[in-house]
Amino acid sequence: MDIKDAHQAREHPTYHQALVRWITQLADDELTLGHRDSEWLGLCPDIEGDVAFSSIAQDEVGHAAFYFELLHELGEPDPDRLAFARKSHERRNAKLVEQENGDWAYSILRHTLYDIFDGIRLEAMRQSSYLPLRHGVAKIQREEAYHLLHMKTWVVRMGKAGGEARQYLEEAAVRLWPQLDDLFSFGDADEETLLRFGIIAFGSAECQKRWEEQVKVVFGQAGLLWPGEIPLSGRDGRLGQHDPALAQLLKTMTEVYRLDPVARW
Amino acid sequence: MQEQDYCSFMERIERGEKIEATEWMPDEYRKLLVKLIHMHAVSEIMGAYPEKEWVPKAPSLRRKLAIMAKVQDEMGHGQLLLRVAEDLCAPWGKTREELISDIYRQRVKFHNVFHMEARTWADAGVIGWLVDGAAIINQAALLETSYAPYARVLKRICAEESFHMQHGENIILALAMGTEAQREMLQEAVNYWWESLLFFFGPKEVTPAAERMLHYRIRIKTNEELRQKFLDKYVPRIWSLGLTVPDPQLRYDETEKCWRYSEPDWEKFGRIVRDCMGPKSQERMALRRRAHEGQLWVREAMIRSRALMHAV
Repeated sequence: MDIKDAHQAREHPTYHQALVRWITQLADDELTLGHRDSEWLGLCPDIEGDVAFSSIAQDEVGHAAFYFELLHELGEPDPDRLAFARKSHERRNAKLVEQENGDWAYSILRHTLYDIFDGIRLEAMRQSSYLPLRHGVAKIQREEAYHLLHMKTWVVRMGKAGGEARQYLEEAAVRLWPQLDDLFSFGDADEETLLRFGIIAFGSAECQKRWEEQVKVVFGQAGLLWPGEIPLSGRDGRLGQHDPALAQLLKTMTEVYRLDPVARW
Repeated sequence: MQEQDYCSFMERIERGEKIEATEWMPDEYRKLLVKLIHMHAVSEIMGAYPEKEWVPKAPSLRRKLAIMAKVQDEMGHGQLLLRVAEDLCAPWGKTREELISDIYRQRVKFHNVFHMEARTWADAGVIGWLVDGAAIINQAALLETSYAPYARVLKRICAEESFHMQHGENIILALAMGTEAQREMLQEAVNYWWESLLFFFGPKEVTPAAERMLHYRIRIKTNEELRQKFLDKYVPRIWSLGLTVPDPQLRYDETEKCWRYSEPDWEKFGRIVRDCMGPKSQERMALRRRAHEGQLWVREAMIRSRALMHAV
């Protein structure tokens, strides 16, 4: 059964709750990563790279704005309040996207790992029963395909180049692996409900399986060692359990907003 | 031969024709162009740093998207201009790598405003509104330049800059119509940037280098003409927002048909630009050095990988 708008969704409390919690994860992932991407401004290895990274940052924040708008329609506070006023423990992004940027190798590998996951998650929503989400996803998928192509190309070319570039990528993989586990957690968005109501077409185990298949191909092309199983960290960003990096990010991001949260800026 | 070339070159310039990158040009013309365009390119790139400090702090989703897009444009302008400069430098064997490293080796200047501190969100707004506003006046006057590749790039830059000005204007309008604290922040920003903005257009007198640029029609207008244009356009706008200009001498002279203003401290700002002694010069040049030298390994890896791809 398709749910055509927010009004209809609000008539089904179970559906509504799962949907809101699910979209919050999407919005928080995209905003947090988009913010981190924008920190590369002026620091990329060349000017062309700077221009490209900014396009990606803008896309990610644009996607976040779309998801926040959906949440607002569903009865949540307005998009700016959602983006700027919530505390770290109220955020539902995966820990991966909140980490500091590190070096170029870390940033592009992190992005590739996230973009592959995000592509799979979008695929799971392509036929979503919630029509406003389904429509947005079609457009977002087109943009994310380019992000993935861009980031994957970087990883493969740097891996193939060998030397310190491959070494830094392998070091980045070692750092990244323990930061990955909650990417595949759906946190407090009840997976069984999401599947039963067709908000998504497949669940977290399938996401992780597909992710590993795709990431292994990239690692193979780049000549990188597979780091093995993803270790469990015992902390779940999808439940609001974040690293100090997120609190630091929010402190910066909301510095002007906090001067006067009710003023028009 | 050279003399004949020179005469026909100057005839073309005087007829208002434009010169292409592949055509013969006097060495002096090439040098003047490189000096101007290199500085312009570098100013666009260094101009991203004061705003970089505010990109992560933009106070709403809309502002966040807008300021990211705006600063991306500045980097994009830098890239377009660098490519024009690269072509001009090619006969000397000078490459992009060097055009960039010249920044932190203090071999190229950049605009005084980008040596200054961006202390508040209102500063970020004023940079978009008045600094970009001043830049448009400068750049629009260069649209008539005799060097065709520069003119083409400037056309796109000017179109984008007019969006930046609106972006800045939008930020400052929100502040001007906002709370008492927001208005104070805005007035404080205008006070802080005013002198830099006057200096931005350069000295009143026509320097020997400027005289040669006018000779070759690389530029058409003098510094003072451009500064007057800026005052014409912006002083009334500043006043109409209920803000003041921090210059008690500022007035429009009806008989002379020009603005009278207190001169900026030429010596102080000259030192800032020449010796990179501004409050933020060294810090921002260090960021550029870090981006460029610190990531040489990335550019080298990409060159290696291209060679490998071609070998396959």
